Amino acid sequence: MPLIRFHKISRRYQMGAETIHALREVSLEIERGEYVAIMGPSGSGKSTMMNLIGCLDTPTGGEYELNGVQVSQMDDNQLAEIRNREIGFIFQTFNLLPRSDALRNVELPLIYSGMPAQERRQVALEALSNVGLADRIHHRPNELSGGQRQRVAVARALVNRPSIILADEPTGNLDTKTGAEILALFSQLSRQGNTLIVVTHEEDVAKHARRILRIRDGLIASDERVGQGQETRSADQMAVGA
Amino acid sequence: MNLLIELKEGLAIAWSAIRANKLRSVLTTLGIVIGIVTVTLMGTAIAGLNSAFLKAISSIGADVLFVMREDWSGPDTEDEWRKIQKRPRLTVEQAAELERNLTLAAAVTPVAFDQRTIKFGKRSADGVRIVGSTEQLLQTGGVGIGDGRFLSAAEAEGGRPVCVIGSMVATNLFPRESPLGQKIVIGQQPFEVIGVLEKQGDIFGQFDNQAIIPLRQMMAGFQHTHDLEVVEIKVKDVTNLENAREELHSVMRRVRRLAPGDPDDFSINQQEEILAKVHKITAIIGGIGLFITGLSLFVGGIGIMNIMFVSVTERTREIGIRKAIGAKRRTILLQFLVEAATICLIGGAIGLGIAWPVTLVLQQYMPASLSPTVVSLAVLVSLLTGLVSGFVPAWRAARMNPVDALRNE
Repeated sequence: MPLIRFHKISRRYQMGAETIHALREVSLEIERGEYVAIMGPSGSGKSTMMNLIGCLDTPTGGEYELNGVQVSQMDDNQLAEIRNREIGFIFQTFNLLPRSDALRNVELPLIYSGMPAQERRQVALEALSNVGLADRIHHRPNELSGGQRQRVAVARALVNRPSIILADEPTGNLDTKTGAEILALFSQLSRQGNTLIVVTHEEDVAKHARRILRIRDGLIASDERVGQGQETRSADQMAVGA
Repeated sequence: MNLLIELKEGLAIAWSAIRANKLRSVLTTLGIVIGIVTVTLMGTAIAGLNSAFLKAISSIGADVLFVMREDWSGPDTEDEWRKIQKRPRLTVEQAAELERNLTLAAAVTPVAFDQRTIKFGKRSADGVRIVGSTEQLLQTGGVGIGDGRFLSAAEAEGGRPVCVIGSMVATNLFPRESPLGQKIVIGQQPFEVIGVLEKQGDIFGQFDNQAIIPLRQMMAGFQHTHDLEVVEIKVKDVTNLENAREELHSVMRRVRRLAPGDPDDFSINQQEEILAKVHKITAIIGGIGLFITGLSLFVGGIGIMNIMFVSVTERTREIGIRKAIGAKRRTILLQFLVEAATICLIGGAIGLGIAWPVTLVLQQYMPASLSPTVVSLAVLVSLLTGLVSGFVPAWRAARMNPVDALRNE
């Protein structure tokens, strides 16, 4: 059973009188443990795709099965529960709560899943030390560097042991060096068996993945599997990739 | 995620949000503080007024009937009022006839009123109510002796120039010395003080600012008629009040020589009637007062709603983050409701903190008390204000679409 199964997923938006087809009957399967990069120019529908995979949005057509559960018809509250349990988000702008320290930010998903306070603190501390921030737990986001902030976000994404780690331009706001550190962390997470989906428009980021989905005009233009995800492949090698 | 954890979390978030916007929180809270202070003080004043009325009335006694020309429930029309004014006055003779014929009465007290200045040496007390009555007033008039003694039957009968004065008169005329045995001048005539009444401390001051003299002295010295204001009848058995009232009514008709079918030219009043009237009046005063002061609380509530809208808009992104991470609608709703309620409760607590000492000061001038009822009502009202005014903004936050909320800059 695939972890993610898109069956003819469509997403239309109404912009005044105009209907925008952000996704047109996209079908897709992603297995547990894959490291997938979703690429495409802006307006291609990759953000829509990410929102749908992340259960932040619901499709206007088609079926989405996540971890064997039909989620395309779920209501707001059920989706919130799915997001809490199954998805760990990492955003370009980190999206940490500015007034809360690192520990509280990481605790947040656990609060929403109802974990008792003491256990919660333990689990969050462990998650923070796993990303190398054991000595920064009481720092607020504005007291941390960009790379550290993104590590807090990674810790937060991982803390509930989700099925999918969904990253949206995770290095977009980082310099090359810290970006590379985050990507190294991703590779490590992937080796540990996590499922990673990274949305990006940077080839350098995508090349770390072992499968690259290219979106164009609301359709999957190519679905390419790359070896160990370390070297860039040229277009003519795409066909043989996997 | 259970409700308790959500509430605890909501409180923590609310507290940090309030602290993050200190000035704004203070200003918003101020609206609620003012609202709660005014409402509480009004409630306190009304409660004080009420208890003062009740105290004044209950001193009258539930087992005393008052025969008068006027009815305490008041004339409904001017026409009625004119009719009452035409009724013949009560007289000493009628009172005596009543006393002879009533079987269910323990005491029958004729009372006449006047108003005079009382002098003692250089000191004087103005506008003192002069009460002409008999020794029976002690039983019917709701008065008690604080010092000395009351009129004796012989004094009432013989009309010796003696008097019993209210506590306010006593302190005004005799700031240092004991009034007992002193000669005071009422109108033009000297009276010996034989007793001082117990302090009543009612809002009207009518019982403390009076002097009681024998009825005969009153008739001879001040009014030169035999007219009475009221005849007070104490019944023997309060459980038999209705029968006593019936008897009084029929005897009174005979005394007034009314033919069968003639309307009554007198009224029999009792405490209950005045109680009903007072309750009606205080309810109206209270209602209007609370409504007007409630308006200020309402304005405070609008302030809360306004600031909660601002807060929700400012924190759209935070709402998006929380939703992405797994916060349900209920969680977000609760978070903002708790925030609004917290601001209001803090405002309410500060308001009570201000109202309490003010009440203590007020107590020096009027009966006022910050009762537990008023306190819990104030807390409840401020909580309710928070919940009501916070609901619409909180609901807006709860319904936000996470994608749009996250995109918000």
